[in-house]
Amino acid sequence: MNRKLKAIVIFIFFITTAHIAAAQTDMDAIMMGKKRFCVGPMYSYTSWKNYWEGTLKRDNQNLGTVSTQMIGLMGNYGITSKLNVLFSVPYVKTKATAGTLHGMKGIQDLSLFVKWMPIEKEMLGGVFSLYGIAGGSFPLTNYVADFQPLSIGLHSKTASGRLMADYQAGSFFVTASATYVLRDNVKIDRTSYYTTEMYYTNEIKMPDGANYNFRTGYRSEKLIAEAVVNKWNTLGGFDITRNNMPFPSNKMNATTVGANIKYVILPVKNEVSLVAGGNTTVAGRNMGQSTTFYGSVFYVLDFNHKAKTSTQPAKTN
Amino acid sequence: MKKFFIFSGFLIVAAAVFFAGCNKDIVGRTDNLSALAPANTDLNAGIWKPVLLTGPSEFAVPAPIATNTPEYIAQINEIKSWQADLTTDEKRIIKYWSAGAVLRWNEILRELVAKHNLPPYQNEDGTYPFPNANNPLAYPQFPFSNPPYAARAYACVSAAQYDALVAAWYYKKLYNRAAPYNVDATINVLIPKSDLPSYPSEDAVVAGTAAELLKLLFPGDQEYIQQKVEEHKRARILSGANVRSDIEAGETLGKLVAQKFVTRARGDRAGAAIGNQAGWTKLETDCIARGETPWYSLELPKRPPMLPVFGKVKSFLFDSLTAISLRPGPPPLVNSKDMKDETEEIFQMVKNPTRERTRIVHFWADGAGTYTPPGHWDAIAAEDFVTKNFSEVRWARNMALLNMAMGDAAIVCWDTKYFYFNPRPTQLNPNIKTITGIPNFPSYISGHSTFSGAAAAILGHIIPERAEQYNAMANEASMSRMYGGIHYKSDCTVGLVVGKNVGNYAVQRAITDGAE
Repeated sequence: MNRKLKAIVIFIFFITTAHIAAAQTDMDAIMMGKKRFCVGPMYSYTSWKNYWEGTLKRDNQNLGTVSTQMIGLMGNYGITSKLNVLFSVPYVKTKATAGTLHGMKGIQDLSLFVKWMPIEKEMLGGVFSLYGIAGGSFPLTNYVADFQPLSIGLHSKTASGRLMADYQAGSFFVTASATYVLRDNVKIDRTSYYTTEMYYTNEIKMPDGANYNFRTGYRSEKLIAEAVVNKWNTLGGFDITRNNMPFPSNKMNATTVGANIKYVILPVKNEVSLVAGGNTTVAGRNMGQSTTFYGSVFYVLDFNHKAKTSTQPAKTN
Repeated sequence: MKKFFIFSGFLIVAAAVFFAGCNKDIVGRTDNLSALAPANTDLNAGIWKPVLLTGPSEFAVPAPIATNTPEYIAQINEIKSWQADLTTDEKRIIKYWSAGAVLRWNEILRELVAKHNLPPYQNEDGTYPFPNANNPLAYPQFPFSNPPYAARAYACVSAAQYDALVAAWYYKKLYNRAAPYNVDATINVLIPKSDLPSYPSEDAVVAGTAAELLKLLFPGDQEYIQQKVEEHKRARILSGANVRSDIEAGETLGKLVAQKFVTRARGDRAGAAIGNQAGWTKLETDCIARGETPWYSLELPKRPPMLPVFGKVKSFLFDSLTAISLRPGPPPLVNSKDMKDETEEIFQMVKNPTRERTRIVHFWADGAGTYTPPGHWDAIAAEDFVTKNFSEVRWARNMALLNMAMGDAAIVCWDTKYFYFNPRPTQLNPNIKTITGIPNFPSYISGHSTFSGAAAAILGHIIPERAEQYNAMANEASMSRMYGGIHYKSDCTVGLVVGKNVGNYAVQRAITDGAE
């Protein structure tokens, strides 16, 4: 589900990463048990007033504050306790408080991930686990990519591979991951465009991206409280020229810091949990200096015929 | 450890499968054109009517050296030695330039326009700086190639290339020196052969003309332009199309003709088109005195209007009195029911734009950072001209007709805009949020509509079988400004008519210039 954030927020121009809370996302070390399906709606609000035009930080009186609201549906199904699939579908709406530009809205990209935990072993008094996450996203609608910063996304198909390691000792945990994101070319409505040279085509070559995520905090069955640092780097791309509009293939980088809380209110078989969190951008390039808040409710459906007999590990929900 | 390898393999395979066979390299529509092989060399184009030249021989081109002289043979040998070991890059430039000199220089000009079409950022005190032609690399860089600036640039360069090629064709026929491959059959010919005399080189004429004019129009990009000139000339020798003396004579002729257009451009009043604070204030007070609501800038901080005196620039196809006579009657009064209805119509259009209408808005927007609407029409024309196998001189003539029409359309349109000084829809109803940026000048009449009306008129004459499509495109370009929320219907419908009227002057010229 964090992936959703990435699709929606990181990838959207000027909207910096919001890391969705600690609820079975593709970027956390939490696995659903076998035949258990965690699903729920989420809402996020991102806004920025200042942005980086290349490396120059500025505001824009003709945009004011740009906001992005997102309502999404996320799900995570445990094929086994070591192999999960995850999805998310967001609806996104953008707005600028000043100037004359019309906001945009629509269903954005479907994200799908497979999350595998091949290694889980006790060491140094705790549990070490290693994860591989592979997946991708693709646009569900023909939304406009070339109206940055008010486009709802970049309309690029992506494929990503992530390596993630987690260590938990008692209720303390630390998780680190690195992701490579392949991004497919996108097509825009005009027949030519200028980046650092002229292109007589409607197709844009999108630079790939890399993401690094570090999170640590308290994790138990009942409560997760964590601090998160995330760094998104576009591998290539060009800077916005002076007083120009942003473009999908800009070099968009952002480092965010944030915190999440997950609280399980009904720790029964079909548990309900609440997730809330936020983050803010501490460094960036060709993106907004954004702050994001989000919240969601998750409901777990258990498709096991019998009540579970074995106790799940603390980090398995 | 075994698990780790399986697991790494899983990641790699997953990513590879997803993007299997996916090639991200993009190819421009004109990247791989075949070489220009004119259906007709237009050998008699030396008698076509020039734009500024008093006649094709106004600038003398010396008689070429004979093909049996040692000096000429040395030049043939130069081709052979250059061809002995062609690099990949040399093959690339031969292919690139062989698509057509007028085409490639038009593309380069479009690129420079797009690069420089950016409104300057404001000063600390909320005023705006203006580019300075004498210090082009300081911010804001010179020029700000907005639509009127661009329209004039396209017109100047195209008209100059046309005149220079008419002169070149005159000398080609006069001196009748065969192309090097027709003199020495052992030369490796990497371009289509032609019976057209090669002295002076039409490619060098076009390059020389462009280089000389672009010094004036894009003074900060000289290194890039000069690099293109050298590459172009080199490509022609490498390909066996020209000997060095063809190139030298052509470049010299091109520069001489261009200097005449530079002189004209220095005196065409474009330099004063920005106006000054007193003039900007007067536009507002005059409008109020007429009992009307004046336009004001919707940018923050308020930006001075774009080139308010551009309507006084000297036109190519008619005199200044005719330019004024082409100005249409007034738009509906701001407080009239008609204007209220027109404003409401735009509000309804932009409330919930459809994807298709947004596509149309963005397809034709040609706003900041693009080659502007005249550049878009040049691109449309160029891609159609490619299919016609015009000779270089006919390419230039057709581009000149198109760009003089659009350059003059800019003049009449800007004259009209500042004569009426009419507000944009969003000024009358701030709830109108636009699907593209609102240009920083008055509403009536629509620039896109005027450019497009003019372009469709002349292009429909040049390629009659496409006339209907050109009109449909012009209508769509015009409507895109209403869909975008930045123009009223009357701006667009009147703009199309005015554009067509201007375009008809180009049609009249086309009928009488000796090329048809």
